[in-house]
Amino acid sequence: MSVLEARNASVKRGGRTIFGPASVRIGAGEITALIGPNGSGKSTLLRLFAGLWRPDDGEMLIDGKALHSLPRKEMARRVAFVPQETQIDFAFTVSEILAMGRYAHRGRFSPQSQVDHDAINCAAAYCDITHLIDRAINTLSGGERQRVLIARSLVVEPEFILLDEPTANLDIHHALDVLQLCESLSREGKTVIVATHDFNLVTRYVTRLILLQGGLLIAEGPQKDVLGPETIREIFQVEAEMVPMKTGHPVYVFQQRTREIHDSRASR
Amino acid sequence: MSAVAQSNPLANVSSRSRLRLSVFYGFLLPIVFLSLLAGVGIGSTHISWSTILRVAEFRLLPQAWTSSVHVTKADEVIVWLIRVPRVIVAFFVGAGLAAAGVLLQALFRNPLAEPGLVGAGEGAVLGGVISFVTGWSATSVLSLPLMAMVGALLALFIVYAMSTRGGVTPVATLLLAGVASSALFSAVASLLLSVNVVNWQIAQEIVFWMMGGLDARTWTHVWLCAPFVVLGIAASLMQTRDLDLLQLGEETAASFGVDVESSKRMLTLTAAILTGAAVAVAGLIGFVGLLIPHAVRLILGPSNRRLLPASALTGGAFLVLCDLLARTIHPPTEIRLGIVTALCGGPLFIYLLLRQYRGGANG
Repeated sequence: MSVLEARNASVKRGGRTIFGPASVRIGAGEITALIGPNGSGKSTLLRLFAGLWRPDDGEMLIDGKALHSLPRKEMARRVAFVPQETQIDFAFTVSEILAMGRYAHRGRFSPQSQVDHDAINCAAAYCDITHLIDRAINTLSGGERQRVLIARSLVVEPEFILLDEPTANLDIHHALDVLQLCESLSREGKTVIVATHDFNLVTRYVTRLILLQGGLLIAEGPQKDVLGPETIREIFQVEAEMVPMKTGHPVYVFQQRTREIHDSRASR
Repeated sequence: MSAVAQSNPLANVSSRSRLRLSVFYGFLLPIVFLSLLAGVGIGSTHISWSTILRVAEFRLLPQAWTSSVHVTKADEVIVWLIRVPRVIVAFFVGAGLAAAGVLLQALFRNPLAEPGLVGAGEGAVLGGVISFVTGWSATSVLSLPLMAMVGALLALFIVYAMSTRGGVTPVATLLLAGVASSALFSAVASLLLSVNVVNWQIAQEIVFWMMGGLDARTWTHVWLCAPFVVLGIAASLMQTRDLDLLQLGEETAASFGVDVESSKRMLTLTAAILTGAAVAVAGLIGFVGLLIPHAVRLILGPSNRRLLPASALTGGAFLVLCDLLARTIHPPTEIRLGIVTALCGGPLFIYLLLRQYRGGANG
């Protein structure tokens, strides 16, 4: 089983370090959430893991080997990426979208094989979109589109599935649906990494949290170690109270910090 | 349908779309054939079909077989040296522009991208003018399409660099960059023309060429255009799966294993070859690269593997018919081809756009 690792990885833009240096390992079968406020670097770290960006310093490793030493297609076969933007303006059918997931498995001129067909069918059934297979992607709802794009990443048959804000554009019902899907994927042995600002939603489903702020890794571990009320106050600038649920998972209730309300009124 | 196919929803999909494809070609291929036939058969001089057939026999069959065929010189010239090359050039120019449109629309992720709109057309015109001014076109006719391709390529690089940041191309920026650089290229072309007005012969050649159109096209024009269009379309067909993924976004394409940078370079080069070849022999003809892919996409869907060859054939037939209209609607004067494509293309394009909005963007 494979391990993804960042070793002192940092990203610079315009001479300024916008991320890192950060070191973190993500082991097989885990389901990890990258959390933090906007601009904290969770999307950057996700793109580093996906091999879409290269670190300017330090390195990204897969099983101890430099991620970028892998041929592009092999990297794509091992690490799948589900983008935040699910809007697609062209009327590709769902089956066409899914077939694109086989890009790294097929030669330029080889027709779709039985193996490709099976991977597509299997992923469609798993994500419960078989009934949508003939529909044009731009006629689907947000929740359906998200499931299609997750299915497309399964079509790749990857070891790692990386999702960028998978719940950002969904109502609560579909958001939980998608997270449940992620959880069951990790039970199937896929390693799942979810970048999200909505930690209240994900904590129930993930085994590990990685907390980022200002491009730096602040803390990592299980929920109870990482997300205490003090940390939330400091990182997210809100007061938080933990309320236990019947399932045993606590949820957070937030309140704007009173001092800040006064501040913002005074400045108007 | 077999039980296996029924149990496999995807098998159903592919067989259904294949049926749709065969129906499409069942209509398209006769239209292509008839348009070519009409292009040769109809013109300002009336020539009977039997005469045309005799000319074709005379030119195409071995001489020993045709010794008994009687063909007058005038008929032979009109059919074989005037109409046939004109129709072939029209077909390949239309096919090239439509295929270039498909490529540019995927490259810019925008159904509005078209050789004329993103600067490639004017870039090709400038390249052609340079080949006249430098005298290269006089030493080798091949320099004209080659310079047009170089011009189109540079224009595409400039417009892409101006309009795209981090793999994202806003529509407004794309159109503005296209309009601005088109204006710049055409200004430089006019400047070169003005400077060379003293040399009347060159200036006359340039003006005649810049006017474009398909009148007085010869077999030379066929050989200057057709091989490059065939090459460009063959190269595009090798890139259809990259095109599909790029059309969904550069980051998505990269995450599925597409070598985005090299893919974009290949695409840009291919689009420049197609545009340059078309502009070199017919000047800048608008609307074909915008209208044809759009219309075909509404029928066949956006998958580039189906869209590209279908658009090329449709574009070819479309331009042959437009040219036929241009030279027969008001004889003996010929209407300029660009006017006809705009008159045919404009309303149809507006209609398609409206339908697309009303139908919930199913294009």
